[in-house]
Amino acid sequence: MSLWVDQYRPRALDDLHYHQGLSARLKSLAASGDFPHMLFYGPSGAGKKTRITCTLRQLFGPGVEKLKIDQRVFLSPSKRKIEVNIVQSNYHLEITPSEAGNYDRVVIQELLKEIAQTQQVDLNAKQRFKVVIINEADSLSRDAQAALRRTMEKYMSNMRIILCANSTSRLIAPIKSRCLLMRVAAPSDTEMHTVLGHVAKRAGFDLPPEAAQEIINDSGGNLRKAILVLEALKMQSPDLSGPLTIAKPDWETYCQKVAVLIVTEQTPARVMEIRTKFYELLSHCIPPTVILKTVAEAVVGQVDETLKSEIMHWAAFYEVRMRIGSKKIYHLEAWVVKIMSLYKQSFYQFDISEFS
Amino acid sequence: MAFFQPKSTATVKSTKHVVDPALQPWVEKYRPKTIDDVSAQEHTISRQLPHMLFYGPPGTGKTSTILALSRQLFGPDNFRNRVLELNASDERGISIVRDKIKNFARQTPRAQAIASDGKEYPCPPYKIIILDEADSMTQDAQGALRRIMETYARITRFCLVCNYVTRIIEPLASRCSKFRFTPLDPTSSTSRLSYIADAEAHRNLRRAITYLQSASRLSSSTSPPTPITPTDIQEIAGVVPDLVVRDFAAVLGIDTGGFHDRRRAPKTQSGGFDPIQKKVKELMREGYSDDANLHDLIVLHPTLNAREKSKCALVLAEADKALCDGADEELWMLEVALRVHKAVAP
Repeated sequence: MSLWVDQYRPRALDDLHYHQGLSARLKSLAASGDFPHMLFYGPSGAGKKTRITCTLRQLFGPGVEKLKIDQRVFLSPSKRKIEVNIVQSNYHLEITPSEAGNYDRVVIQELLKEIAQTQQVDLNAKQRFKVVIINEADSLSRDAQAALRRTMEKYMSNMRIILCANSTSRLIAPIKSRCLLMRVAAPSDTEMHTVLGHVAKRAGFDLPPEAAQEIINDSGGNLRKAILVLEALKMQSPDLSGPLTIAKPDWETYCQKVAVLIVTEQTPARVMEIRTKFYELLSHCIPPTVILKTVAEAVVGQVDETLKSEIMHWAAFYEVRMRIGSKKIYHLEAWVVKIMSLYKQSFYQFDISEFS
Repeated sequence: MAFFQPKSTATVKSTKHVVDPALQPWVEKYRPKTIDDVSAQEHTISRQLPHMLFYGPPGTGKTSTILALSRQLFGPDNFRNRVLELNASDERGISIVRDKIKNFARQTPRAQAIASDGKEYPCPPYKIIILDEADSMTQDAQGALRRIMETYARITRFCLVCNYVTRIIEPLASRCSKFRFTPLDPTSSTSRLSYIADAEAHRNLRRAITYLQSASRLSSSTSPPTPITPTDIQEIAGVVPDLVVRDFAAVLGIDTGGFHDRRRAPKTQSGGFDPIQKKVKELMREGYSDDANLHDLIVLHPTLNAREKSKCALVLAEADKALCDGADEELWMLEVALRVHKAVAP
């Protein structure tokens, strides 16, 4: 028994509920014969992946749903072994090169060339080419992106590439100009309403509109999250009536607590306290960027207007540092201390001016 | 005894896989075959070919030029053993430079005298090594090239192709004659595009071949065929629509009235932290992500003074660097928005 998210995921382009223009466009592209390289981008949970699989199905027929998982080993130039998982069918394969970390270039080079140099021998196949889906394309290293450039043009007769990314800003311009860009925006509230209603109908119950609204507000445009929450709520109270409490993830409440700690007291002892909390969060595999963002947003909600932009500025500043550096906790703490000092300064200045 | 008889009747149908020209990407299909075809880059190439360094922004025809040149020099038969093309998708570490490039550089293949297609090719007595995207080669690999280039200069010519000439080490650059490729001016790209459009018997022409191809596919496959509109192209090209950018700018407190009539009304919703944060969230939700448009709007803005503009430029540059380092997009969009707002605030 699978989750509703997977169970009721649309399989064909015609079944998609929103972005009809996009669906029509994808359909005509799939029918036209010269399918271009594509780049799907948009926030998470907007339906990029669903659209890609639907397009593949349109291209190759139901055969693409027969998936197998393969593990391949690549050798880096310094003879290190890199293991990469590949999901593939007869017509396409899917890789997440960022699994290979710094060596993603090797994976791209080897794998794509191998595919590009083998031709489709089955004359009855619907398409001459194979499709390679590259997930998390925006975390590809620069070298890997450069390696993609000429391969994309040279071997286009045997292969098409579909990139899937959250944003286009980290992709180099030559890649963007070689792809057809497909923006998948998050669904609007009404669109989510219809989708949730549809899921509820398929699952065999009626969804009260208030409950749906609650879920939509909580999800922030992330349809996957919305459907997961819907399923969880259904498990809790089967009739979905009365006051609903959408359980927030533990780490989020934890981050809220940290924000309160920052605002209420600014002392070294408090910093130590926060440090243990950060360690706790980090050891539970919450990405440091997410921690920083959530805490920053929570702090911003509790402080004065003048401080808000400062807090966000330093959050952005330390976030970059965190990416460049290797020890995350230093930067998280540096940010906390910075915020505390700013807060204290503004607080006391404010006080003094009032007294005098 | 039929077993031993030659099977003369059973002709094996050779089903060779030839790429159907209809399915080729137009970028490759219409890549210029001769030097004269190359749009807008008027370089004269004599038979005395020096080492060459082509540089310029993407999509200006650097690779096309050198491929067309070598094809014209050697013809289809000799092309294979006279030209070595290596690009960033090939391993190009120092070991490859030492082995593959050096070996290729030192051999002298015999020219096939008569071309199979009956045309005459000059076929000069040297080979060409094309190092595409040379700016992604390591310093060491470039260093190893130095001496090779000189030693085998009699029988081998190098052609380096890159976007940023500054990433090529000085000793290499000084061994080459440099050719700067300028961005195509609108007339020549339009003429090339209209040539392609004519050849494909569609009447529509737009910004770039890929866009043209996909756009024309889209428009001709809908029924009835509709002409391509600028908004279609914007969507395909991933450009943030003007209206969205203006809206964003208005929230930041930049007066867009000069550009757009609807915004001439007094700014009411501009400024403040919360509206800005809300707007950024909204933009992220829509999936837009590009500071470039805001950049254009600010730089070309008539009323902002130089100081404000340079402040904004600094912010945008910092954000670009941060994003290159892999920073979180939403945080930095917000950061840019807040600081631009601060910079232009009276």
